[in-house]
Amino acid sequence: MRIVLLIAILALPLATMAPPPALAAVSPAEMFDDPEKEARARAHFKNLRCVVCRNESIDESSADLATDMRLLVRERIEEGDSDSEIEAYMVERYGEYVLLTPTMQGANVILWVAAPVMFVVALGGAALYLRRRRDATESGERLSSEEEARLRDLMRD
Amino acid sequence: MFVELGHFALILAFAISLVQSVVPLVGAHKGWRGWMHAAHPMATTQLLLVAFSYAALTWAFVTSDFSLELVINNSHTAKPLIYKISGVWGNHEGSLLLWVLILVLFGACAVWFGGNLPDSLRARVLAVQSSIGAAFMAFTLFTSNPFARVAQPPFDGGDLNPLLQDPGLAFHPPFLYLGYVGLSMAFSFAVAALLEGRVDAAWGRWVRPWTLAAWVFLTLGIGMGSWWAYYELGWGGFWFWDPVENASLMPWLFATALLHSAIVVEKRETLKTWTILLAILAFGFSLIGTFIVRSGLLTSVHAFATDPDRGVFILLIIAFFMGGALTLFAARAQEMEAKGVFRTVSRESSLVINNVLLAVSSFVVFVGTMWPLAAEMLFDRTLSVGPPFFDAAFTPFMVALAMVLPIGAMLPWKRGDLMRTLRSLWGLGVLSVALGATVWAFQTGTAALVPVGAALGLWVVLGAGADLWSRTGRGDMGARARRLARLPRADWGKAVAHAGFGITLFAIAGLVGWTREDIRVVQEGESFEYAGYDITLEDVRRVEGPNYVSTMGFMEVERNGRHIASLNPERRIYPVAGMPTTEAGIDRGFWHDIYLVLGDPQDDGGWAVRSHIKPFANWLWAGGIIMALGGGLSLSDRRYRIAASGARRKDAAAKPQPAE
Repeated sequence: MRIVLLIAILALPLATMAPPPALAAVSPAEMFDDPEKEARARAHFKNLRCVVCRNESIDESSADLATDMRLLVRERIEEGDSDSEIEAYMVERYGEYVLLTPTMQGANVILWVAAPVMFVVALGGAALYLRRRRDATESGERLSSEEEARLRDLMRD
Repeated sequence: MFVELGHFALILAFAISLVQSVVPLVGAHKGWRGWMHAAHPMATTQLLLVAFSYAALTWAFVTSDFSLELVINNSHTAKPLIYKISGVWGNHEGSLLLWVLILVLFGACAVWFGGNLPDSLRARVLAVQSSIGAAFMAFTLFTSNPFARVAQPPFDGGDLNPLLQDPGLAFHPPFLYLGYVGLSMAFSFAVAALLEGRVDAAWGRWVRPWTLAAWVFLTLGIGMGSWWAYYELGWGGFWFWDPVENASLMPWLFATALLHSAIVVEKRETLKTWTILLAILAFGFSLIGTFIVRSGLLTSVHAFATDPDRGVFILLIIAFFMGGALTLFAARAQEMEAKGVFRTVSRESSLVINNVLLAVSSFVVFVGTMWPLAAEMLFDRTLSVGPPFFDAAFTPFMVALAMVLPIGAMLPWKRGDLMRTLRSLWGLGVLSVALGATVWAFQTGTAALVPVGAALGLWVVLGAGADLWSRTGRGDMGARARRLARLPRADWGKAVAHAGFGITLFAIAGLVGWTREDIRVVQEGESFEYAGYDITLEDVRRVEGPNYVSTMGFMEVERNGRHIASLNPERRIYPVAGMPTTEAGIDRGFWHDIYLVLGDPQDDGGWAVRSHIKPFANWLWAGGIIMALGGGLSLSDRRYRIAASGARRKDAAAKPQPAE
């Protein structure tokens, strides 16, 4: 499934290289008349990865497969599936890889809690440091022996 | 002939860089003046040699020398001259040579402008810088030689990736590299200081201009890439959380943190160890970014496995420099005793908070970028981490940063009074919240994004103004206004950069939250009404470009019968490269852009046309430019240029030494 669509992109040396241009993406022909259904479909598209593209959702992609995937989602909506049913259906067909928002299951918990945990740890470290700096105030601002030596040094010049 | 000379020059530069990474170090250790000073002519010579080598490669591109493999793969005779020149860095090998060129340029700058540095520190900085240069020259020569010839040259080349044939992207890499590589100076200074065993205020003052310059370039480079993505990719997005984008965002966040913590070292001689660590990490993330982009690892693990040479080489470079620097850090950091003491409520503390938020947000980007790889290797799960994750995990930190920024920026050094600072700001806070509430009331949807973004943006901008005004002291308005004009450029730089950040926040919120889109089939000659505009697709024609064929739409935009713009959205095909691109038709406006895209022709005639209204798009680019401008102002501050000089002032005047 993982064909790299744009080999040319690989040759790119630099950052801010983004996916290939969307020539078609969502086409007028496939759209629902009902704006509510359409909005629901679009929300799904934005969270589903075009599995043959490079970091593109099926909402943005113009690949044929993305079109097929969009039609599949539309079909499910037409059938009256709920949002979670549609997601489960797509995951069953294309694997977890298709979801742009990683699930919270299994090891993915690490991914989701990494930021808050890191933040708490960093704040804790910062608080400890600030406390030490503050306490240093109270113990006076005398020069250390090293500094005294350096001061003498400087005065001699 | 030229090409071989260029190749030879690069090999020679490599040899010199090896010598330069050892001799000055020994000299500094033993106190031998001659050995320390030997670095100076060597650094200059390296620059000359690499510049020649680079010029030789450019010459090969400009003259379309198709005996060079690189030129065959990335150029074509019909390509416009500007893209022949930019084509040199539009590929792996050539861009690596540009990277090396910038690396040795910074090394030479340390010679030219480092006259006020102590001899031993300068020698060590030059040695470390040169060892980085040696590593990358070896990488270029042994795995990615740009000067490789082919036995039988073809008549014409395979053309440059059409996406790169665009002014926005043509100049994006040099800026980005100036930023990435500029951080190598901060790294070299950090390692040199660790070797030296001393970090003081003067060190902070020397490191800061380099970091600031790197940051300005990085900001501009990222902005340019985002601007390009906006008009070129065809749906008006400006940031995709693509691994390669993240690769540039991580060092930017670290550079921003470093920029601020270096102020604390300079002004208060504290936060030293942390600043050293940041300098090491900032460049480390530049290297990791390079690895991500060039190894192909994140695009596909399989792509990496088929040609692991380059990836492994960069990994070795990272392991050597990060491992070495961090080991040195672990051994020596304890010696960097902090001097300045301060209360919990003070400018120092607020800068610590700034650093925590920036470093953690960068960490979030890192974890999200690398997670698919970790999940596949460790848990055998193939999964994606896409924009929804980054939006959710990254945004809170930026919101928190914007909330505390104006308060932190105005707290006095050493000991502050939170209530006092808040008192001078509360009016602005109320005003910002009022704007947010107004936006909330006027908008049709229920999304909190735009109101919050608007309130935060205004808060940061007004806060920057208040900060500047508070520095004019007391007295009547006229006197304060006169003092305002005479404030040091560093003060202006700080306020301008902060205001730029506020504008960027506001623009992102508006652009993301209020973008509207319409997709429909339009017949040629047909008009439709959208968002108060009458849009007509007059005609669709085939137009020949120099090296592409374009299907060009001729569209007219009117409002109440008044002509607004004639736009030409295009779909181009570059036959040689066999690739399509889109060029959106954009009417750039102060409040919003009208963004038209020509889609596929329909079976029953007519064309798919997508119309977007993109609010505040120009504010986003303006915000980035203003941020960079603030950095530039700070960089040009005269006060520090004079105050910075230590013993000798010979070259001091040439290099500004800003602070705040």
